[in-house]
Amino acid sequence: MASAKKTAKKPAKTSNLDKEELLEFYREMLLIRRFEEKAGQLYGMGLIGGFCHLYIGQEAIVVGLEANAKEGDQRVTSYRDHGHMLACGMDPKGVMAELTGREGGYSRGKGGSMHMFSREKNFYGGHGIVGAQVPIGAGLAFANWYRENDNVSFAYFGDGAANQGQVYETFNMASLWKLPCVFVIENNKYAMGTSLQRASSTPDLYTRGAAFGIPGEAVDGMDVLAVKAAGEKAVAHCRAGKGPYILEMNTYRYRGHSMSDPAKYRTREEVQKVKEERDPIDHVRDLLLTGKHASEADLKVIDKDIKKIVIEAADFASESPEPALSELYTDILAEAN
Amino acid sequence: MAINILMPALSPTMEEGNLAKWMVKEGDSVESGDILCEIETDKATMEFEAVDEGVIGKILIAEGSEGVKVNTPIAVLLEEGESADAAPAAAPAAAAPRAEEAPAPAAATPVASTPVEQDLPAGTTFKSQTVREAIRDAMSEEMRRSADVFLMGEEVAQYQGAYKVSQGMLDEFGPKRVIDTPITEHGFTGIAVGAAFAGLNPIVEFMTFNFAMQAIDQIINSAAKTRYMSGGQMTCPIVFRGANGAASRVGAQHSHDYATWYAQVPGLKVVMPYSADDYKGLLKSAIRDPNPVIFLENEILYGRSFDVPEIEDYTVPIGKARIWREGDDVTIVSFGIGMQYALEAADKLAEEGISAEVIDLRSLRPMDTETVLKSVMKTNRCVTVEEGFPVASIGGYISATIMQEAFDYLDAPVINCAGKDVPMPYAANLEKLALVTTEEVISAVKSVTYR
Repeated sequence: MASAKKTAKKPAKTSNLDKEELLEFYREMLLIRRFEEKAGQLYGMGLIGGFCHLYIGQEAIVVGLEANAKEGDQRVTSYRDHGHMLACGMDPKGVMAELTGREGGYSRGKGGSMHMFSREKNFYGGHGIVGAQVPIGAGLAFANWYRENDNVSFAYFGDGAANQGQVYETFNMASLWKLPCVFVIENNKYAMGTSLQRASSTPDLYTRGAAFGIPGEAVDGMDVLAVKAAGEKAVAHCRAGKGPYILEMNTYRYRGHSMSDPAKYRTREEVQKVKEERDPIDHVRDLLLTGKHASEADLKVIDKDIKKIVIEAADFASESPEPALSELYTDILAEAN
Repeated sequence: MAINILMPALSPTMEEGNLAKWMVKEGDSVESGDILCEIETDKATMEFEAVDEGVIGKILIAEGSEGVKVNTPIAVLLEEGESADAAPAAAPAAAAPRAEEAPAPAAATPVASTPVEQDLPAGTTFKSQTVREAIRDAMSEEMRRSADVFLMGEEVAQYQGAYKVSQGMLDEFGPKRVIDTPITEHGFTGIAVGAAFAGLNPIVEFMTFNFAMQAIDQIINSAAKTRYMSGGQMTCPIVFRGANGAASRVGAQHSHDYATWYAQVPGLKVVMPYSADDYKGLLKSAIRDPNPVIFLENEILYGRSFDVPEIEDYTVPIGKARIWREGDDVTIVSFGIGMQYALEAADKLAEEGISAEVIDLRSLRPMDTETVLKSVMKTNRCVTVEEGFPVASIGGYISATIMQEAFDYLDAPVINCAGKDVPMPYAANLEKLALVTTEEVISAVKSVTYR
C-alpha cells in the first residue's frame, strides 16, 4: 500500500498545532492533487475514457474528516470519488488502473472512475446517480445501529445532490432511527454548471436538516484543521447514539465538472481568486513553514515522494493489461451457497 | 319497510368473512353510524356501521360465524312499529346493469391439477396453507435462522402488514427486526441496500410493486449493478417483495405487472411463484441468496390455499421451472397468477381430448428455458400466458428462444396470451377484458393445434 491510512491517534489540537499531523495532512492532500493532475494528463493522452471528475481544490475535506475515522467506519460518495479513496488508504495504483480500465484496477476494469469499492477499507463507492449514495450511506449507518457497535458512516454528497428528494427521505429516517451517519455536503458552488444560487431556494445547506431535527454546521472546507475539528464534533455526536449530523463544507472545485467542461458558467478570475487566496494545500504549507514545523527542503522531500508514488501509479495503470474477454460474464451474481 | 342488512366486502378481493361479534341485539334501536357488528377477514377487521335507522328485527347470522359470503343478509332492520315478520324472505344480490357480461368472481378454490415431478421425500405430509401464511412462515423461519435477516416496509409491524402478510411477526421479533418505515420508498430502499452492502439481509416489503417505481433507481442502479461495478467485491443480499400485478378494481396505478421490467436486468434474480409451497420454498431461497432478489407476489393469490409440504426447512431452488401437468399436444408456459388460467385451460382442454403440458416458470431470471425447450420438442406447440403487457413480454422472449433453439420442432407459431396493451381500466367489464382469460388460452391452444 503506497499510502498508509492514518486514523485519529490523537485528539485535535487546533490551537497547539501538531507537527506530525500537519505534515501528514500536507502529504495526503498533495497526493490527491498530484494524483488528479496525473489523471487529467492521462485522460488527455487517451488512456482514461468516459467521465473523469477531478477532486482538485476539495482535498481538505476528505483528509480532515478521515482524521476522525476509526476501524470499521464506512464511507460512500458520488462519482467525484478519487480523493475519498486515496484519503481512506486505498492504493493509488489500484485507483489509477481502474481509471485506465485495466485488470489491476479496484473493480478489475469494470467500474471506471465513478465506480470503485474496497471492502478492506470500508469504501462503498463510487456512485453515479446524484444523491443515491445518501440513503446508502444511511444504510451503512443502519447496519452499525442494528449491530449495536459505535461505528459511523460518512455519506458525502454535493450541493447538487442536496436538492434531491431521496436525501430528505433519508434525513427523516436517519433522524427518526438515530442512525450514526455524518452527512457531508461538499458545497463546491456548482452542480455541474448550475450555481447554487440558481438551483437552491436557500443557500445555507447546513440548515437543510433542521426540519428533521438534525444539527448542522457550516465549515470552511478549504481549511483542513477546521474540517477535522468539525468532523470530530460530528463523529462524537454520532458515536454517542445521538443520531445523524450534517456538515456543509464550503469548498471549490478548480477543474471542470468532468473533463469536457465549457467553462462558461464561471469566470477565470473567480477560479484564480480561490486558488490564490484559499488553496487548502498552500494553507497547510504556510502553517508548516511559518510555524517552523518544516523547511522548504523538508517539503521538497515530501513533494518528491508523492511524485514518485503518482508516477508509479500511472506506470502501473498503463502497463496493467486490459481485463480478459472472459471477464465480461463474471461478477454479475454471487454464487449462492 | 324492512331492510336486509348484507354482509359487506372490506376490500375489492374479499369474497367471504367472519362475523366476529354483534354489538347490537334484536329489539335495539339503531341510528345511522351506530356500530352493528365486527367483521373480520384474514387480512382486516372492520366495525360495520348502520346506514339506515330503525330497529334490529332479527339477527340472521350468529356471531362467531365463519365464511359468511359477501352480500349474505346478516340481519333485518325494521322501521319503527314494524313487525319482524315483514322481513323480506331472501335478499336479491345487488346486480349492476352490465354492458355485456358480468365479471365472473375469481375462482376461490385451487385448480384440481396434481403437481408432477415434485422431488419430495417419500412419506412427505402436506398441510393446506394460504400463500399469505406461506410467505410469513418463510420470513419467520429465516429470521429465526439468522439474526442478520430483518423485515422493513410500510405497515409491516404494528398494522400487521397492509395485506396481513407479516401478521404476528412484530410480536415475535420486536421492532428492531420488523420495522415500520415512513411512506418513502426511494429512501428506505436505499437504506436497505446500504444495509445489505454492509452484510445484513434486509427483506424490503413494498405494499405493491407499483410503489417500488419510486425506488427503482436504487433497485437497478445500486442493488443490481454494484457487484459487477466492483469487480465482484461487493454483494447485496437483499429481497424486495410485495404484491405485483392486477388485484381487482384498483385502477391503472395499482395494477401494473412489472415482471418483464425486472427480468431484463442483469444482477437481479426475479421470482414470481404461483402456489403456496413455491412461495414458501422460493422465498426462503431468496432470503439466503447473496444477490438482490425481486420476489413478485399477487394480491389475489394471497388468500388461496395450496398443499405445502410439512418438511423442516423446505426450500425451492431459484431458476427451476415446475411441470404441473404432463401432456403431449401443446406446452402452456406461464408463471404467477397466469398459472390459474393455464391450469384451468388445461383442465377444459383435457375434456376435449387435448393434452396440455403446463409449465410454471416460477423464476424469470434466471429462466429455466431448458425445461420449456424440452417440452416444446415433445409437443411441437407452445402458448404462453401472462397478465403483463404484450409488448416486450416474457412470452415474447420465450417465443424468440424457442424460435432460435427449437425452430425445426415447431408445428405452429407460438402464441402469447397477455394482458391487453392498455392502462388497467377501473370498470369491472373493461378490467376483465384487459386481463388474460382462460377462454383466450383455450382459443390459443386450439389455434396452435389446428382444432
